[in-house]
Amino acid sequence: MNDSLIIAGRAFKSRFLTGTGKFSSPEAMRSAIEASGAEIVTVALRRVELENPNDSILSVIDPKRWLLLPNTSGARDAAEAVRLARLARAAGCEPWVKLEVTPDPRYLLPDGVETLKAAEILVKEGFTVLPYINADPILAKRLEDAGTATVMPLGAPIGSNRGLKTRDAVAIIIENATVPVIVDAGLGAPSHAAEAMEMGADGVLVNTALAVARDPEAMARAFKKGVEAGREAFLAGLGRERITAEASSPLTGFIR
Amino acid sequence: MSFYDVLKQYEGPEIRKAMDSCTRSDVEAALAAPEPLALDHLVSLLSPAAGELIEDMAQRAHHLTQQRFGKIVSLFAPVYLSNECINRCVYCGFNANNKVERLSLTPDQAVEEGRLLHAMGFRNLLLVSGEAPHIVSTAYMADVVDRLRPLFPSVSIEIYPMETAAYAELIAHGVDGLVVFQETYDEELYATLHPAGRKRDFRWRLETPDRGGEAGFRRLGLGALLGLADWRVESFFLGLHARYLMRRYWKSSTAISFPRIQPAAGGFQPLQVVSDFDMVQMLTALRLFLPDTGMVLSTREAPEFRDNLIPLGITSMSAGSKTEPGGYAHEKEAGAQFEIADPRSPQAVAKVIAAQGYEPVWKDWDAAFLQ
Repeated sequence: MNDSLIIAGRAFKSRFLTGTGKFSSPEAMRSAIEASGAEIVTVALRRVELENPNDSILSVIDPKRWLLLPNTSGARDAAEAVRLARLARAAGCEPWVKLEVTPDPRYLLPDGVETLKAAEILVKEGFTVLPYINADPILAKRLEDAGTATVMPLGAPIGSNRGLKTRDAVAIIIENATVPVIVDAGLGAPSHAAEAMEMGADGVLVNTALAVARDPEAMARAFKKGVEAGREAFLAGLGRERITAEASSPLTGFIR
Repeated sequence: MSFYDVLKQYEGPEIRKAMDSCTRSDVEAALAAPEPLALDHLVSLLSPAAGELIEDMAQRAHHLTQQRFGKIVSLFAPVYLSNECINRCVYCGFNANNKVERLSLTPDQAVEEGRLLHAMGFRNLLLVSGEAPHIVSTAYMADVVDRLRPLFPSVSIEIYPMETAAYAELIAHGVDGLVVFQETYDEELYATLHPAGRKRDFRWRLETPDRGGEAGFRRLGLGALLGLADWRVESFFLGLHARYLMRRYWKSSTAISFPRIQPAAGGFQPLQVVSDFDMVQMLTALRLFLPDTGMVLSTREAPEFRDNLIPLGITSMSAGSKTEPGGYAHEKEAGAQFEIADPRSPQAVAKVIAAQGYEPVWKDWDAAFLQ
């Protein structure tokens, strides 16, 4: 069965996205990305020298094999994010951008107002925009209306490994979305990734949990399986959870 | 209201008394507490009783740092622009009374230093000077920054305290970080150590990070000079200061440096001994209290000690530093601020960082944020 993840008309076999941050070395990053099976890999523009062919991150990620998704991590407002996105495109990256506007440097929570502003500008300029957002169902719709290619609600604060703390709001986003919903931050274990996929998320993005694991490559494999298991379960049709056990001797059998 | 008003709510001797009365179980409670830790927890972690549990503190600091920052250590280099100074800080090599060779770099000479550091791999620069506003003026700084920006995506300053408007101007030229060490949070001791010059004004200096936060610096760096007052009490105030800044200037990140007094012209002897053990306790206690604050280590410390501190919470290091103006291009032609203890090259330090399982990061910022 063809179960591709389609973003802006482009098909991806893997529903697991990852990133290049926080790894102990370029080799550890590379082996984890390989093991993850991810086809989309995000990279912080502030970390790379786009014009430098020997850049420690860019030189190990072959753009023919992976869609290198530049992100605007570090941007405090729409203007900064837009500048960074343009910079990446000018340097020859594909016009895709993971839009992150995080004015608070501690929890890196996204500023919905500025994110929407930046998304409107970048979509008009022809970018494929994947915005990182709080799990806010209305904001998700507003971004869709503005023409973003996905919405990427967080599960918990980035890097926190806390799991899908925003489950109820993410469920509403998934219910209403007409673009792929990719749960982006805070997932710390393969079971968290599976949980998001079982709910019907179209994909997940995990970076910190791989990078800071004792064995990033093995952790990447484990997450890959978690994503696949969750997806299969979703497609297979999960049974509804019930509060009480189903009685084997029904009380109303006598009237049927 | 500024941090001065916050500071005045606490008495150093009372804080110390509270630390001395802490027991092992207080420390265990602090270690078991969920984040964010309270000030009482910080007191416990800085207490003499916490010494017994230093390994537990170190383990938690290690995990917390990796979780928040990843397995990376950023590298930066200082460029000393001028060792002219109107102040007479008794511990400092640049003390106006000291007979050292004085030099202020021309903007061209600053670029010469910058090119050498760029070639070594640095993309993150810290511009340093004494207090000499007649030479190192706002206009001079703006000019230097304009010329260095094409080479360095990130430029921070550690010069004399300025007005908010001057900071705003430098930010507009592309300076993203401000570092200012309070030296000591003990106002009385401060007065005896700073007998002359603009720096005599404790409050003016203490409120400098407030002015920097108002002006909009992305990064605010703090430090207490270790070897002046009781390090436990100084660490408490550093924690208090950083937490105040991150609540008030919530778009700026904070960093703490750990400058331990090193030999310098003038022959000042530290007033208090701060041992390696003390520094580890200070670093780990502050890391547990401030999980998101950068922790900076300079070449004041010896190679082996620096290497051992990396996994305990250090997020940023200088390497190959020269503390005299023009020192990268023309070594030892001017007086240095202090003697460095780690003479290894930046590449050698980067290798050691990598060998410890961390990626040495040269670039972690982009000029496009500000321009």
